[in-house]
Amino acid sequence: MLAYIAKRLLAAIPVLFGLSIIVFGIMALIPGDTATAILGAYATPENVARVNRELGLDRTLPEQYWVWITNVLQGDFGRSYNLNRPVLDEILERYSATLVLAGVSLVLCSIFGLLAGIVSAVRQFGWADRIITFFVLIGISMPAFWLGLLLILLFAVQWRILPASGMFAVYGGGDFMDLLRHLILPAVTLAVVATGVIARLTRASMLEVLRQDFVRTARAKGLSERKVIYAHAFKAAFVNVIPVIGIQAGFVLGGAVYVETVFQWPGIGAMLVNAISTRDILLVQGGVLLVAASYVLFNLVADVCQALLDPRLKT
Amino acid sequence: MSQIAASSPATEPSARLSSWSLLLNNRLATGGLIVLGIIALLAILAPLLPLDNPNATAPADRLQPPFSEGHLLGTDQLGRDILSRLIWGSQVSIAVGLSATAIAALAGSLIGLIAGFARGRTDNILMRLIDMLMAFPYILLALAIVAVLGPGLLNALYAIAIVNIPFFARNVRGVTIGLASREFVDAARLSGKSWLAILFTEVLPNVLPVIVITMSTTVGWMILETAGLSFLGLGAQPPQSDLGSMLGEGRSLLFNAPHVSIIPGLMIFALVMSINLLGDGVRDVLDPRLRAGDLTRPRAVTRIERKTKPKSTIDTDAILDVRGLETSFQRGRSAFPAVKSVSFSVKKGECLGLIGESGSGKSVTALSLLGLVASPPGVITEGAAYIEGEDVLSKSETGIRALRGAKVAYVFQDPLTTLHPLYKVGDQIAEAILAHQPVSKDEAKKRAVDLMEQVGIRDAAERVDAFPHQMSGGQRQRIGIAMALANDPDIIIADEPTTALDVTVQAKILDLLQDLRTKRGLALLLITHDFGVVAQVCDKVAVMKDGEIVEAGVTEAVLRDPQHAYTQKLKACVPELGQGKAFLDGVRPLFAEAAQ
Amino acid sequence: MSDAIVVRDLVKTFGGGRTLFGGRTHELHAVKGVSFELKQNETLAIVGESGSGKSTIARMLVGLETPSSGEMIIDGQDAKELRAQGSAVFGRVVQYVFQDPVASLNPRKTIDNILDVPLRLLCGYDAGKRAARKKELLDAVQMPSDTLERYPHEFSGGQAQRIAIARALAAEARIMVLDEPVSALDVSVQAQVLLLLDDLKRAFDLSYLFISHDLAVVESVSDRVAVMYLGEMVELDTAQTLFRTPSHDYTRELIASAPRLESAAAE
Repeated sequence: MLAYIAKRLLAAIPVLFGLSIIVFGIMALIPGDTATAILGAYATPENVARVNRELGLDRTLPEQYWVWITNVLQGDFGRSYNLNRPVLDEILERYSATLVLAGVSLVLCSIFGLLAGIVSAVRQFGWADRIITFFVLIGISMPAFWLGLLLILLFAVQWRILPASGMFAVYGGGDFMDLLRHLILPAVTLAVVATGVIARLTRASMLEVLRQDFVRTARAKGLSERKVIYAHAFKAAFVNVIPVIGIQAGFVLGGAVYVETVFQWPGIGAMLVNAISTRDILLVQGGVLLVAASYVLFNLVADVCQALLDPRLKT
Repeated sequence: MSQIAASSPATEPSARLSSWSLLLNNRLATGGLIVLGIIALLAILAPLLPLDNPNATAPADRLQPPFSEGHLLGTDQLGRDILSRLIWGSQVSIAVGLSATAIAALAGSLIGLIAGFARGRTDNILMRLIDMLMAFPYILLALAIVAVLGPGLLNALYAIAIVNIPFFARNVRGVTIGLASREFVDAARLSGKSWLAILFTEVLPNVLPVIVITMSTTVGWMILETAGLSFLGLGAQPPQSDLGSMLGEGRSLLFNAPHVSIIPGLMIFALVMSINLLGDGVRDVLDPRLRAGDLTRPRAVTRIERKTKPKSTIDTDAILDVRGLETSFQRGRSAFPAVKSVSFSVKKGECLGLIGESGSGKSVTALSLLGLVASPPGVITEGAAYIEGEDVLSKSETGIRALRGAKVAYVFQDPLTTLHPLYKVGDQIAEAILAHQPVSKDEAKKRAVDLMEQVGIRDAAERVDAFPHQMSGGQRQRIGIAMALANDPDIIIADEPTTALDVTVQAKILDLLQDLRTKRGLALLLITHDFGVVAQVCDKVAVMKDGEIVEAGVTEAVLRDPQHAYTQKLKACVPELGQGKAFLDGVRPLFAEAAQ
Repeated sequence: MSDAIVVRDLVKTFGGGRTLFGGRTHELHAVKGVSFELKQNETLAIVGESGSGKSTIARMLVGLETPSSGEMIIDGQDAKELRAQGSAVFGRVVQYVFQDPVASLNPRKTIDNILDVPLRLLCGYDAGKRAARKKELLDAVQMPSDTLERYPHEFSGGQAQRIAIARALAAEARIMVLDEPVSALDVSVQAQVLLLLDDLKRAFDLSYLFISHDLAVVESVSDRVAVMYLGEMVELDTAQTLFRTPSHDYTRELIASAPRLESAAAE
């Protein structure tokens, strides 16, 4: 097993390397003069020259990449010109807020998605299945940004039971309960689509497995129907669902962009949207690299979990 | 299985033509089609409809509520008519979504086709690139692309298309790999077709349904995501507007004029929902497994709907006595009988061979006895199966389950698919013991090792922790037999237990079964298509054809002097070692008339 | 007249390539130095169990796999040169019949389409000649002429195998490699296909390399028999001698394991 984990870690290195090249390309590919893009159209020539030197823009692309990546590996992502603070400080702070939101959502969508999928498969064509299938369809067709607005209208404006925006109350907030109250609406909004996708896949995977010969063998042994479904069928189906949960982590991290914008959650998604609008390139670069790298690691964990359950994958 | 396969050719050609009617039979899909049709029609006819200019501002009329005069859906913050903007915006959103889908489908499918067919280095390089794209969280990559290209509707379209390429590439590659190793591709090569010709004329037609399915399931997404980018202000830029940017602009007015943002959101939702409903319908029609109903959940016990109730107990000296059994498969409203009025009996210590060609109903007969025929589509419509005089099919679900694996045990054909791939073989045997006997887990595991030794597995104490894929075919079948012996059964039903094995292994497994039978006094019901196996193992034989037993009797007598014409023909068609070329001369007259 | 096929020291090893990190992938020696020849108008059978390498030999002989080393001379021409001239040239010399007839026909093509390809690409006939040939071929395999407009799934396994045989005949090659041509079929259908193959051999002057795991089938069709075991050819003799007085232990075990009808009568 350790050998397998080591192998997966090694295999992740070229992916991370590729990621860094793509992210670096964002800066290199931006049309026009990067220094002007950073400093704005009214920059003085001295400032432009200074920025060019600082960023190493007077050198060849591979050299620029080398300088950039060695800096990044030492934790130096450069400075954000708009915020006038180190990029690393900003993205770490923002990222922790996103992690709270995305993490809670991922847990929510995994639990509810799996449950709904199983119930739906076991009660195929029954009323529970019909209701779940209908809600799943609504879920995957729902624009998250619109759902967020609807929830704000209902819970914050109409009934005034939950806060409309932010992570903590401005006055007197800051404790755990306060965070939780602020978390409910955005986390639910973010989880809805992913729940639908996981539920759908779990249902399909369960139905496929329930048709397989080894399930018939389990029945022929005289096992109870509960054991047949949960110990035999679900175990085999779950192995297929794990990588999809991994992919959903990507959707949740990406969907955070909308939800953070709607709920003014101080996360990295909202930061990226602002940074793109204001052309704060270094901030975009750092943010994208951090989120993508963490997603690669998360998928690696999902792969290892899958291999733990399925001995056939461990070679 | 083979029964369904055998009956499908007749229904297939007409089914191809009726894909449309199948789609329309699906009520949800039809609903989706109607809603989508109305929205699309409005969007296309937008220039002809009596609508206000969507960009004409009228500050005096700003933020009119819905249903106000002259503005059915009200006006926005600049006094523009929302209905008009909604219809024009839908036009933009649909066009952008469809274009993005087309681009992603074309590029992704091409990559997938080439990678899957070329394999080797090309595949490696292409798929690593795709992995790289997949390594970004979905929307993040689109954001990064927009960051490079700058905000704008066209750039958002490109970004969404690029982000969706991996879905197509992966799906298409998966199917292509499966197809590329199929015999018909080799056959086309031997017929002189070039690499490119095979890819586009042999493989592509078989991949098309997958591309269509992927398109129908992603087009909704792509509309949603382009709207999302516009919502964030990174897509459509004023004065151009789509549904997403309308929603984004209206967001700041959420508290005093919610209709400005809620209405375009509702439109996006209706649009995407209708597309998804339709997409599901398309998938159901195109996916052959969904169409054949192969993805319905089988019940714990086959459905039993007998027209007449047989006596629940009878007086018989046979341990297994089957009377007038009938099982059929339901497809839609019609039922195809697979087993027709089959009767036979097996005494203690006796072996009955049930022999027949594919589609003769022999396996369905065996599975019907304990209600293991997958249902739907299987239904037991008549007859009874008496075990020690008690009808199994009259029992409750719990009653039948108590028999399964205890008094009656099954051995199935291919042990690779019939053993659970994720459990250790020892645990699978122990589980059978625990299901029927009140023993501890350790005790059960100990007995599992004993059983493995009894069926001739060397180093049983070590192999007990092996997974099925780590064993050879012969060993796996021994595990299957050990599992059947777990609760000391009186009857073993073996369904083609050696068909998946090599002859030398088959001989050993048959010896083992024979040995166990004489030692334990088991009754053995052996299902097979092989006369040689019957001759070697069975005391009695019953020959099945088209769901009926056409001849039965003592093996020796039936084989030496078959009475029924079908048995005679079947026996004549089996070549015997030692016959040599005389065999062909012997069968030639049998088919002489048939060839005319 | 020269032999139809001559094979010398044929070796096929799968895997053994380098992985990304410089290690070697697992090597599988499928065929370890096999030599034999197929005479004109002869049926040579190769028997063996799964993993014996018999199918790998068959696939190498028709150019679907490339040998790791060794020599193959097919109809007097070196296989390497044939391969260099492209699959079309190869296909004109030797043809192949697959085990699973249904899988060997593209489900989305009509039979007309399927038979058309070799006639057009291998024989280069014009449309009129092709139509005439298709009719002849269907007659030869005893299929009705309305077969042409239909799709593969409309046929049973036995009928599909007849169509596959017709496609192999279309190339007008004189050598046929038959890879388990009847093992996917029911016994009564199997006998009919064996008869058909026997008739065709006489009518078109063919040489057969017949791959099978079924000893009784092999004995009924072949002049000579070769036994493969774990990539090696352990015995090669005339059918009569091999079945009556097998010399290798494995051959004896194989023959002893085959279930027979007489055993019931003998007991």
